[in-house]
Amino acid sequence: MRRVLRPVPIAVICAVLALVALLAYGLAANEPNRDVEGALSRGTREPAPALELPRLSGVGTESLEDYRGRVVVLNFWASWCKPCREESPLLDRWHERMKRGGGTVLGVDALDVTADARDFIREYELSYPMLRDGEGESRESFGIVGFPETFVIDRRGRIAAVRRGPVDDAFMRSQVAPLLKERS
Amino acid sequence: MKRPAALIAVAAALLATPAAAAQCPQTSLGDIEDEVMCPVCGTPLGLATDAPQAERERAYIERLIADCRSKDEIKQALAAQFGDAVLALPGDAGDDDLSDVLVYVIPALGIVLAAAGIAFAVVRWRGTRGPRAGEASGAAAAERRLDSDMERYEL
Repeated sequence: MRRVLRPVPIAVICAVLALVALLAYGLAANEPNRDVEGALSRGTREPAPALELPRLSGVGTESLEDYRGRVVVLNFWASWCKPCREESPLLDRWHERMKRGGGTVLGVDALDVTADARDFIREYELSYPMLRDGEGESRESFGIVGFPETFVIDRRGRIAAVRRGPVDDAFMRSQVAPLLKERS
Repeated sequence: MKRPAALIAVAAALLATPAAAAQCPQTSLGDIEDEVMCPVCGTPLGLATDAPQAERERAYIERLIADCRSKDEIKQALAAQFGDAVLALPGDAGDDDLSDVLVYVIPALGIVLAAAGIAFAVVRWRGTRGPRAGEASGAAAAERRLDSDMERYEL
């Protein structure tokens, strides 16, 4: 005997399947990008994602490519982020040290009010270059889920280390200082 | 000659002050925070109670309210800081225009048309689905078999 499916159960099954597919897509799409950690755990350095942003001063733009040949400590921060307040003076001290060895700290102020960010820089007398990512577009390519996050980039533009959270002196000594001795 | 002019200036100032006070502030935090997002939290600002970024965004809005900016001006300022994704309402570009309405009307029309199409298809499907020849002859055969069984057992 042949059973004929009625249109209503078919529509309900289709709707449930569509909902399940949508939930699966949502979970997959919200998974942060952890390619960097994967490469580092295999002992390889992947090229840093392209990054071109306006300067926080409002004059012109800069890209990571402009820093090729230098060691870059790329620090994503925001003025409303409390741990960023703790690490900023340390980053500024390291910027002074790195300058002599061909390196720099490069700050990216993300999802922040420009005036608040400028006040922050004045308050902590930060001297390293700052870019602005108001819309937080770089978060996806770098897999950023919180602030601060820091990427150490070697002279060939490859990511050599990452810290999801505030950096400390031990991290900078172990991850940044050796890179300054490497030649491009 | 100078006295009447001075009196007119004073009168104009006295009249202008209450008018300006009546126009400012033009909006409130509560009016705006359910129409904009907290970009870090991914929720409307009104739902982001404790997030530090939400606190900072609220402070920024309050500064703009104190500057006597209108609701649309504040939304435009937020979009300039955080991008259009900060605007919570679909189609909102920090202004009031036809697209703000169309963004709701067009999907609603689409849903109504789709529902009408499905209803029409179901009605047609039911109308064309009559008893099949095979099914009818099968039922008759079953009835004959039942009759013969009843006779055999003399129930």
